[in-house]
Amino acid sequence: MEYSCSAYELACNECGRRFGNRPLSGCPECLAPLEITYDLESARSEFTREAIARGPASIWRYARLLPVPEGYQPDLPVGFTPLARAARLGKRIGAENLYVKNDAVCFPSLSFKDRVVAVALANARKFGFTTVGCSSTGNLANSVAAQAARLGIEASILVPADLEPAKILNTLVYGARLIRIDGNYDHVNRLCTLIADEYNWGFVNVNLRPYYAEGSKSVGYEIAEQLGWRLPDNVVVPMAGGSLIRKIRKAFQELVYLGLVEAPARPVRFFGAQATGCSPITTAVKQGEDDIVPQRPNTIARSLAIGNPADGPAAAKMIRADGGWAEDVSDVELVSGIQELAETEGIFTETAGGVTTAVTARLYAQGRIAHGETTVAVITGNGLKTTDALAGRYDHLDARSIRPRLADFAEYLRSLEGQRQASHETELATAGD
Amino acid sequence: MPIKVVLPTAFTRHTDGKKQLESSATDLPALLAEIDSTFPALATQIKDENGKLRKFINIYINDEDIRFLGGDSYTFQDGDEVMLIPSIAGGR
Repeated sequence: MEYSCSAYELACNECGRRFGNRPLSGCPECLAPLEITYDLESARSEFTREAIARGPASIWRYARLLPVPEGYQPDLPVGFTPLARAARLGKRIGAENLYVKNDAVCFPSLSFKDRVVAVALANARKFGFTTVGCSSTGNLANSVAAQAARLGIEASILVPADLEPAKILNTLVYGARLIRIDGNYDHVNRLCTLIADEYNWGFVNVNLRPYYAEGSKSVGYEIAEQLGWRLPDNVVVPMAGGSLIRKIRKAFQELVYLGLVEAPARPVRFFGAQATGCSPITTAVKQGEDDIVPQRPNTIARSLAIGNPADGPAAAKMIRADGGWAEDVSDVELVSGIQELAETEGIFTETAGGVTTAVTARLYAQGRIAHGETTVAVITGNGLKTTDALAGRYDHLDARSIRPRLADFAEYLRSLEGQRQASHETELATAGD
Repeated sequence: MPIKVVLPTAFTRHTDGKKQLESSATDLPALLAEIDSTFPALATQIKDENGKLRKFINIYINDEDIRFLGGDSYTFQDGDEVMLIPSIAGGR
């Protein structure tokens, strides 16, 4: 179960040993996580702005710097999601050049996980796995199930038993085998590590992890290309395992190295976002620690609820090294963040996106990000999957209905106006106290 | 008070292929000291050059991360299953 390839291979970050291409995620010698390393020089003449512009409108336009086996013919237009100027949100939070990278509309399963799964499954096929799987808090489950169905590969997916119903349905509908585990994500993940050790299955985020993680680089390539081949000053990224934020940075570094973008005068600063109820990485950043102290997650932002993040130490270190910061927000704040992004930009994101939005607002309020700097907030998932989070926020759901008559409608509008006036006066009275 | 120690396949090349060991160690430092003498090659793999457990290994007692139980100061209970697992995990 291995293949040779001159363009890329597995390498250990700690000891530097190289391992070719095989389903392996930890260094057999020092146990550190493995990453894909590229022969960047050989890509110099092929990975150009012009060549990329000729490519498809998907992550595959960057295939030369993704670990995709030679000859693999991808047929799903994954990624290449909108980078939207967020003028109205910006106005509300005091940001002049704010952008939203909108993976709430990533194809095919509406989260940035489609990117990583696409790359992982290309390798699963190459390695000859007939069953693939993952440990997941939902988005990854949806994506593995959808893309495995498309490729005709069996999928077995393990999730914490208390997952949101929408994410469970969004997995089952593709015909995947779903196994609910009594425990949190960290328990599920540990079990998957044991299963991958015993069964000949390709777990996208366990034994295929180095390939999978590289898919996240496409977020960084797209941001740079969509900004007109330049890098932003700041990026705000939600953190669960701590992988995405590092891969966006890796993408930027590759683009600078190969001359597709100019090296910025000041390094791009990375800002990590977590929910306070599961904030091992932000805690490490704030305390200036490299070591991560694991936490027992307690937040509605389940897609970020990893208490023992494997890439956490590296993420914390890199955030501080480039002059960035990390913040965490409460469940109440993250729900307000969901509403704020929807009300200002028409983008309905899930709980993780609420975290990113609320943290972005806080970073401007703290002055850690300056008003005029170009900043990209990375929205990674879709709000339709976590509608439970908004339960109780809208009493309108239970509002009375009216008869289909114009007079009734006019009376109804008047009563709404009256309510609004009354609540406005109450606010004024409170403010005057 | 015997405990059961469970190892991933990656470690078994240092233990004559054994994935499970019995031990009467009373806590983690004692267990690591025992491994030093019984499987020195394994000890080299799981510890760094300063003799500390490598940061990429997680220790679980039954279903719980040992860091939630007090870490080195946790006293093994009769029948505990102690698992050594590389922390390759992550992802959502």
